[in-house]
Amino acid sequence: MDSGIKGAPLAAATASGAAGGAPFIRIEDVSKSFGSFQAVRNVSLQITKGEIFALLGGSGCGKTTLLRMLAGFETPTSGRIFIDGQDMTGIPAYERPVNMMFQSYALFPHMSVEKNIGYGLKHDRMTDAQRKDRVREMLDLVQLTPFAHRKPHQISGGQRQRVALARALARQPKLLLLDEPLAALDKKLREHTQFELTNIQHKTGVTFVVVTHDQEEAMILSDRMAVMDKGRVMQVGSPTDIYEFPDSRFVAGFIGSITFFEARVRSVSGATALVEVPAMQTCVTARAVPGLAEGALVTLALRPEKITLSRARPEAANAFSGVVHDLGYFGKDSLYKIALPDGTTVSVNSVNARRSGESGRVAVWEDAVWLSFEPDAAILLTA
Amino acid sequence: MSGMEDTAAAPATRPRRTGWLSLWFNRRGWADITIATPFLWLVVFFLLPFLIVAAMSFALRTSTSPPFSFGTDGHLLSLQNYARLLTDDLYIRSLATSLMNAAVATVVCLLIGYPMALALTRVSRSARNILLMLVILPFWTSFLLRVYAWIGLFGTNSWFNRGLTAIWNALAPADWALHSIQMMNTNFAVVLVMVYSYLPFMVLPLYANLEKLDLTLNEAAMDLGSRPWRVFLDVTLPLSMPGIIAGGLLVFIPVSGELVIPGLVGNPSQPMIGRVISDEFASAHDWPMASAVAVALLLLLVVPMMLYTHFEAKAQEKKAMEP
Repeated sequence: MDSGIKGAPLAAATASGAAGGAPFIRIEDVSKSFGSFQAVRNVSLQITKGEIFALLGGSGCGKTTLLRMLAGFETPTSGRIFIDGQDMTGIPAYERPVNMMFQSYALFPHMSVEKNIGYGLKHDRMTDAQRKDRVREMLDLVQLTPFAHRKPHQISGGQRQRVALARALARQPKLLLLDEPLAALDKKLREHTQFELTNIQHKTGVTFVVVTHDQEEAMILSDRMAVMDKGRVMQVGSPTDIYEFPDSRFVAGFIGSITFFEARVRSVSGATALVEVPAMQTCVTARAVPGLAEGALVTLALRPEKITLSRARPEAANAFSGVVHDLGYFGKDSLYKIALPDGTTVSVNSVNARRSGESGRVAVWEDAVWLSFEPDAAILLTA
Repeated sequence: MSGMEDTAAAPATRPRRTGWLSLWFNRRGWADITIATPFLWLVVFFLLPFLIVAAMSFALRTSTSPPFSFGTDGHLLSLQNYARLLTDDLYIRSLATSLMNAAVATVVCLLIGYPMALALTRVSRSARNILLMLVILPFWTSFLLRVYAWIGLFGTNSWFNRGLTAIWNALAPADWALHSIQMMNTNFAVVLVMVYSYLPFMVLPLYANLEKLDLTLNEAAMDLGSRPWRVFLDVTLPLSMPGIIAGGLLVFIPVSGELVIPGLVGNPSQPMIGRVISDEFASAHDWPMASAVAVALLLLLVVPMMLYTHFEAKAQEKKAMEP
């Protein structure tokens, strides 16, 4: 998932971009309001050439508006967008080196698959033969050659999605925008298509910006992502950064499941901090983050898979106890809901590594259990 | 679940007391009746009268009452009326005038109506309702009254005529200058009033069609490098073809047989086909001839349409079968 690896095949072709390290797309302090509603607030982002960048957020967070501003369908109320060094202010959609794959695919219903893919090439200066070759190449890329003469309503949803992708890539855009690319597909097709999308991105080297509300989609597809809320970018980073090192309660809660505890900082020594957690009725150690002050109120966040469950009191540094309130068995793992004495419920995910019947389970309903976690596993949040 | 059990158990517990009529009614009565009602209506009030007219077109005119009879000269059916239709100049000329006027009126309606319909889809919802109201509003006033209003405007002393004359005199060379424009009793007047009267029949189906078009298709075309005019030609226009055809037929067909407008503002020496049919029935008392003209007009309008539908369906089928 390192962008350096993905960018490598491109390095030769785009030596200047790679060597200079200058961002390929620069969004500078962009805001957009519709009447009194502020859809996007002071967003600044830098996207590198050849990476898959995801804009992740719930509905109404401004991600789609931002995408539409990149495409040229909306103009920023303030701020500027640069693509490959060129200021996009005042440049209409039809003159931008950008193509979009629409959520609804927006295939032209009166044109065949072939005509759809070739549509954007009409305006480019090329001979008919070149145009045909390009269409054939795109059909080949998305494996739709046998369907070239069909109309969009005569092919399946997954095939339509690939036509939309081929059509958007046919003009060799500098930037491809994908609006919820997998939302309209069923679960099985999604998994297949996710990998196909990343494959095609590798082959073509085009920079992708993906808008999605689905965190898994963002995690699997993207090299880096921006989590957005209420028109603001909350955090930018690789999927690992965002998942393991969220820097706000919002991001931590938005990605994956997590349990939050109110805590107070007792002491900070080097890389570790000792915090008192009333809900756990104990003090625990956690990896320190910048800006911790002794006595300050912070939030300690724990992901379910980072907690170990045991019947006996463990040797671990951070341990606390509770009662099994509920449990769900998913086969490969089980999800426990543990009630702490003060009423807080903690989610714990435990992998069913050993084969065992019901009797072999770590705990069942109403059992008293111990929970423990590594100091590294706890996330301290000051925001 | 319980509902299904109820119905399954019902026949066993309840005594069987059902005639075929109530059986039929319970099973599919409503569906049959709803389909049959308009069907019967069309048979009784459209198909039967048409068959009567069609039959009458093969009869001969007599001075009896009713003024026609079949097979006076030994033949049951006479093609004499149709022979006259093809040989007498009057019928062919009036038919040509009708189709010509109808075609021009339809094209002008389309040219005015298309931008109107498109604009209706692009304005805010509240403005749209007001504008739609304005399109439909003329139906609230009498059609005749509106045509009479035009007669006033066409007069040589009206502000409308004087205004047009002034524009003409300003644009045309000096020796073509006119005192006033002769508009009353011309085909120009006929087409103008037709366009005015039938414009809503073009705008409404077009609006219904354009309103359903997905605007993201326009964005997609623009995204792929098309300027707005190109987007219109490549996306909006082809996708609105059903609306254009529907609006075109709704204008062209009634306008072809229009009787009132040419009667009031048209040139009496250049009659349209509706006038000819009416005259044959009322003045000449030649019912068979009038019927023959009516049948000919119907065939002329319906057969091309049926052929079009037929081949269109065939073409669609063929495209669907392609690998």
